[in-house]
Amino acid sequence: MPQVKMTVNGKSVGGEVEGRTLLVDFLRGDLRLTGTHVGCDTSQCGACVVHVNGKAVKACTMFAVEADGADVGTIEGQANADGSLNVIQQAFQDHHGLQCGFCTPGMVMSAAALLKDNPKPSEAEVRAYLEGNICRCTGYHNIVKAIMAASGQDVSAIAAE
Amino acid sequence: MPKDSGVIGASDKRREDVRFLTGRGQYTDDIQIAGQAYAAFARSDVAHGEIVSIDANAAKAMPGVLEVFTGEDFAEVGGNPAGWLINSRDGEPMKEPKRPVLAHGKVRHVGDAYAAVIAETPEQARDAVEALNAEIKELPAVVDMKAALDGGPLVHDEIETNQCFDWGWIEDNRAATDEAIKNAHHVTTLELVNNRLVPNAMEPRASTGIYDPGTDEYKLYTTSQNPHLTRLLICAFVMGIPENKLTVIAPDVGGGFGSKIYHYGEEALVLAAAKKVGRPVRWTASRSEAFLTDAHGRDHVTKIELAVDAEGNFQAFRTETYANVGAYLSNFSTATPTFLHGTLMAGNYTVPNVYVNVKAVFTNTAPVDAYRGAGRPEATYSLERVIDKCAREMGMDPVEMRRKNFIKPDQYPYAGAAGLEYDTGNYDALMDKMEELADFAGFEARRKASEAKGLLRGRGVNAYIEACGIAPSNLVGILGSRVGLYDAATVRVNATGTLSVMVGAHSHGQGHETVFPQVVADMLGIDAGSIDIVHGDTSKIPFGMGSYGSRSLAVCGSAVVRATEKIIAKARKIAAHMLEAAEGDVTFEDGNFTVAGTDKSVSFGEVAFKAYVPHNFPLEDIEPGLEETAFYDPANFTYPSGAYTCEVEVDPETGKVTIDSFTAVDDFGNVMNPMVVSGQVHGGLGQGIGQAMLENTIYDENGQLNSASYMDYTMPRADDLPFYTVDHSCVTPCTHNPLGVKGCGEAGAIGSPPTIVNAVIDALQSGGKDVTHIDMPLTPARVWSAMNS
Repeated sequence: MPQVKMTVNGKSVGGEVEGRTLLVDFLRGDLRLTGTHVGCDTSQCGACVVHVNGKAVKACTMFAVEADGADVGTIEGQANADGSLNVIQQAFQDHHGLQCGFCTPGMVMSAAALLKDNPKPSEAEVRAYLEGNICRCTGYHNIVKAIMAASGQDVSAIAAE
Repeated sequence: MPKDSGVIGASDKRREDVRFLTGRGQYTDDIQIAGQAYAAFARSDVAHGEIVSIDANAAKAMPGVLEVFTGEDFAEVGGNPAGWLINSRDGEPMKEPKRPVLAHGKVRHVGDAYAAVIAETPEQARDAVEALNAEIKELPAVVDMKAALDGGPLVHDEIETNQCFDWGWIEDNRAATDEAIKNAHHVTTLELVNNRLVPNAMEPRASTGIYDPGTDEYKLYTTSQNPHLTRLLICAFVMGIPENKLTVIAPDVGGGFGSKIYHYGEEALVLAAAKKVGRPVRWTASRSEAFLTDAHGRDHVTKIELAVDAEGNFQAFRTETYANVGAYLSNFSTATPTFLHGTLMAGNYTVPNVYVNVKAVFTNTAPVDAYRGAGRPEATYSLERVIDKCAREMGMDPVEMRRKNFIKPDQYPYAGAAGLEYDTGNYDALMDKMEELADFAGFEARRKASEAKGLLRGRGVNAYIEACGIAPSNLVGILGSRVGLYDAATVRVNATGTLSVMVGAHSHGQGHETVFPQVVADMLGIDAGSIDIVHGDTSKIPFGMGSYGSRSLAVCGSAVVRATEKIIAKARKIAAHMLEAAEGDVTFEDGNFTVAGTDKSVSFGEVAFKAYVPHNFPLEDIEPGLEETAFYDPANFTYPSGAYTCEVEVDPETGKVTIDSFTAVDDFGNVMNPMVVSGQVHGGLGQGIGQAMLENTIYDENGQLNSASYMDYTMPRADDLPFYTVDHSCVTPCTHNPLGVKGCGEAGAIGSPPTIVNAVIDALQSGGKDVTHIDMPLTPARVWSAMNS
């Protein structure tokens, strides 16, 4: 079976995988990084979004062997060095941007990629960017609000309660 | 104004968020048990067929395969039961065909599991399923409910009909309702479809079964909203495992919305397999399996009539509904179209006559059961659509027609014509707030602005009431429930003054871990951070009925209050002893017991320590320890209500509907955490708007599910939905539970679909289109066709 080596959340890791092993299964099964979730089988829901070489990628859409040599980031590596929540994570908590938590890792990873490319997105830009991330709990209101807040924009005018 | 943190009414940030935001949630599929093997299921690809033979020899020879199960292996065990007995109008009990662990003899819907393979890896298990050689002779299938009742193929041969029941509510009101309709000044009739939905919790179902031959004990990790109910069903009905030999653990659960209330055959399979192969056995559904086998929601076909007098006063509602129950009865499938639907058919109104007829029908489709709202969205949709149509026919303003017929605040408690007694409400206040927040006064100007852009603007309104806080056991017992619907809590004060609160409710997104401590901290005057909630594990929590029906706070929260009151009562006795005072002279405030009129005082923490280090303790009068359990059974349902409105723009060229604004004003009684409550409403609105505009479940005439993936079933995405305006400041506290709460989990999904449809009809009529109804979802194709037919 093929051997893969990659960097995940700054650590060198490797293992033996089948050719058909998806990146998400390597992360969850072999590395026990279970924060990356699987919510569908058609690459639609976005619960498995990770960063590969700095870009947001659905880890169910990529074979582990394709990530050989890559720099991979997952939700487990997003917190600040001291363990505290990063700006996006903190905004999700502050603005109640999650409920059951299952889509949340993918949402946070997508939001990070969005803000990297577009530091002050409009509401419409946030909503359009999240086209590939499905949430069934929040009606998206507080997710959109949290991402705009994380970008430093004033969201106090957006109805909260 | 919001209060400080850690008390009732404060918008405490959720403590559970930290683990979810850092990838440290522990969902069933995240929990790795040493030595676990994996199950995969062989599922029918035809909607109806006879299982002629299953040859497993090739599959058993595949790499890594440990065992193969078929329906034969479970022929002697029990079936998965319906939790609610409904009697037909003629007094006959409903038909209850057996629902086996694995299909035996026949498969009855696409996705019906007829075999399971256990293997070393998930991939090997799936490969071996492909190698099973099953001969399944396809039989004619029936999907349409009326065809099923009109001589269509029988889903279950042994019951000799496809009708599960033919229910009348209230049968004694039938003649008077018929008479009122016959003699009415005007009758509005509407035929509508409440579209079938797939709940689509983002976490697919998963189960891990474990068996310990040394102790003969089983353990099941599973995606459940109610671990004790799941244990009861598995033990008492399906497998016959002694209840004390099975622990059910529902760890972090990624949403449920009803679909994870029920026991499913996969849970029994992994337990049986764990014993047979001597290894833990895990199964995790793919999304495709979720579409095919999770209990679906809604699927009613209804004709409703509203009779009014010349002034628009409601005289009668008469409803005839066909309710699809699918191929098998899921656990609450018979309650949903009856007592969670028919009893709500008087709405918020002083209508004297209500009669509801519901025919439940077996078809070759997935089982249908309670999905967020469960019967109440169907009731509200029928009522609020026919009222809107009636107002137009009578030339009345739809808001005024509703206000004219509202139950008024001085009429409570109000025994309605559909059999429920509402405790409290103020529907005009909700409408007033809605009109204010949605700027009703500015509507005409906005309509003109839309028209200037070539768009049709419409405004829809809706008033709803629901019955939740499910449910008073005595009442539901009379109505056919086979279970009680109390809940339970144990408050354990630890020696050092921290608390563990074990609750029967299950949190799968609702925020219990944050909100329940706010209640207890407020009552005890201590730091909420010193209180933890324990839930989801039958070996740790008292026997509770779980979370659904907007019941967690109203029922389990009431049990938490009662248990905390017992703690205070015992602590007061201990404090009185410590303070050498009479118990009646000891007051409790801000976490301190004080002898009235003195400065003699002990803190709650000091009392807790004394309870566990009972030196110089009156052991003849008081037991050591400080732990209390309470079971709470509600005296009545709770009755949240609301007034919703939205404005839409319709593009007459394309039929595309855009929501410009949505305002939801709800009366949930007292609110414990406004942030969490708003979030619950947002989520309900997302699902209700999804039903109204996007989602539909399509079986073709052969019973193939055409909408079985996210490529085909339109889930609402961020760019389909607006920011919402929500308000819960109009409060009439529930009169019969200690917190005065009503429940907020389902409201958004109940109130929003008719609001959207009413708005679109208003928009089309403003453009001169003679359209009085369009069935959901209001896709551009449907709206365009309605405009141009």
